Amino acid sequence: MKKNILFVQGNEACVEGALYAGLDFFAGYPITPSTEIAELLSYRLPQNGGKFIQMEDEISSMCAIIGASLTGKKVMTATSGPGFSLKQEAIGFAVMTETPCVVVNVQRGGPSTGLPTSGSQGDVMQARWGTHGEHAIITLTASNNQDVFAMTVEAFNLSETFRTPVILLFDEVVAHTRERLIMPEQGEINVVERLKTSVKGGTDYHPYLPREDGRLPMSDFGGIHRFNVTGLMHDMWGFPSTNPKIVYGLMHHLVDKIQGHTEEITRIKEFFVDDADYLLISYGSSARTALHVVRNRRARGEKLGLLELQTLWPFPVDAVKRRCATADYVIVVEMNMGQILHEVKKASDNPDKVFLANQINGSFITPTDVLNILRIIQGKGS
Amino acid sequence: MAVKDYIRERFFPHIWCPGCGHGTIMNCMIRAIESTGIKKNDIVLVSGIGCSSRICGYLDFHTLHTLHGRALAFATGVKLSRPELTLIVPMGDGDALAIGGNHLIHAARRNIDITAIIMNNSVYGMTGGQYSPTTGYGNFSATAPYGNIDQSFDIVKLALGAGASFVARTTTYHVTSTIEILEKAIAHKGFSVVEIISQCPVYFGRKNEFASAVNMLKYYRTHTTPIGSKMKKKYPELIERGIFIQEERPEYCSEYDKIIEKAHKER
Repeated sequence: MKKNILFVQGNEACVEGALYAGLDFFAGYPITPSTEIAELLSYRLPQNGGKFIQMEDEISSMCAIIGASLTGKKVMTATSGPGFSLKQEAIGFAVMTETPCVVVNVQRGGPSTGLPTSGSQGDVMQARWGTHGEHAIITLTASNNQDVFAMTVEAFNLSETFRTPVILLFDEVVAHTRERLIMPEQGEINVVERLKTSVKGGTDYHPYLPREDGRLPMSDFGGIHRFNVTGLMHDMWGFPSTNPKIVYGLMHHLVDKIQGHTEEITRIKEFFVDDADYLLISYGSSARTALHVVRNRRARGEKLGLLELQTLWPFPVDAVKRRCATADYVIVVEMNMGQILHEVKKASDNPDKVFLANQINGSFITPTDVLNILRIIQGKGS
Repeated sequence: MAVKDYIRERFFPHIWCPGCGHGTIMNCMIRAIESTGIKKNDIVLVSGIGCSSRICGYLDFHTLHTLHGRALAFATGVKLSRPELTLIVPMGDGDALAIGGNHLIHAARRNIDITAIIMNNSVYGMTGGQYSPTTGYGNFSATAPYGNIDQSFDIVKLALGAGASFVARTTTYHVTSTIEILEKAIAHKGFSVVEIISQCPVYFGRKNEFASAVNMLKYYRTHTTPIGSKMKKKYPELIERGIFIQEERPEYCSEYDKIIEKAHKER
């Protein structure tokens, strides 16, 4: 069968992935460099009977998708740095109320208005800790359009499986790079549908009582079960509670359901890692540069490898630890001042062998930037 | 149905202070909803944060207790994805007009079919009595110990200016008309704003020379008048109550259905 091949931007690949996963509802606010996602969905969603709304700000966009998700819809919003900051309180609400939703953050240079049209990977920690209070979160990323598509589908799947917001942390470079996207056939990639409760009407339904496997079957707002949803600490009926036992249990549930499934959530790609003396660890657009360096040096017989992270949170500690153990040196390649570097140092058997190759001036990280660090490590001058 | 069929008894006693007007409003809401005949399963109540917002937990509908100021944004998501549901959003004056002011005017502009009930007691009650966007000039509060120098919003004018297609004002003293107004607001297809002036004897009254809740209710009786009354002409400082506008205009969800039709043709 003839393959459906598109030539698109990363932002368009994200839209295609979202629609493939069954997106029903999108609310957003214009912001560079994510706006194409909203523009395209305003055109595409109503064609499938879905809904698009441009809200009055970033905060309300986040709130609107949570409201829509509670009625049983698959939902998404898309933004960039400053907008991501504004959404944080509502992201915490989605964490607390266990409402599935996908939040795209196409990273740009920051802080503040920063560099709206330049690439950066400065929001890695904001994705993890942007909202207040102890919590766990899932964050995925990708380095090319094919993976943007796949990770977008994954984001919806994980969001439904774990009843949690999932952050898609793309960057300006990937979002605006035009390249080939081979559209998967229907059914080629697994799509997880919402787990609905089998409790019949008139029977006591517990919206916040996890099954043995930790999953919580949902009932749609407007459906047969009436229940309370609140951002307050709550019991299994969703009613507010300050009972220390209930609070302790809920806190553990919220964190454990994600941290306890790190392996299941981990998506990584490995290139020449088995015998690598020099292990590069990278993600997003930086991983393209890292892969170029690895291939180039392998051709000269140097043992370089690349571990490309697609799951950033929960941080794949075990996978990173395993690969770091067999390498002499580790170089983290990223476009910030070392946000993933510190996670790798924590996971590594020896933090002193972990180095940073970065770029923070708004230009894309080049192979030369990585090679300069490699030369220093190899004692070939400074 | 009896009134108690609409409440979640296990959630009582409620948290409101003695003399608070919010219980009266909850009672009016129940009676209004009952007379509309809308089924409990078809009603979604969305609230933000504050004393007023606690209504959500007490009533037996689909209830969503959200973030401070953001109730209308959540409600917009619920309504647009399930337009057949009835959305009611009880809010306080700080919730609706300060932190949530932007969402209020934009929901009004869209004319999305949601009923916003603004329980106006001119004070942030839950945090202990700070001045709000409806605290009058010269009033006292926990954060206005020398008297308030902010000018207050006129909720009715704000809602009219923003494009709400149903706007009304009433008080907790006038319960019969409050029930009637709420009934009409809920039945209205479009964005409805109902301001209900409500007494907070503990935090507002205490600092502003109201000896009790009863004094405040008496004040509402003597200082308000029906829209366009002879009294208003004679005493222009009286606050008017009643329905200021009730107009059929294109409703947002219905308009979006037309978008879906157009998009289908282009497919």
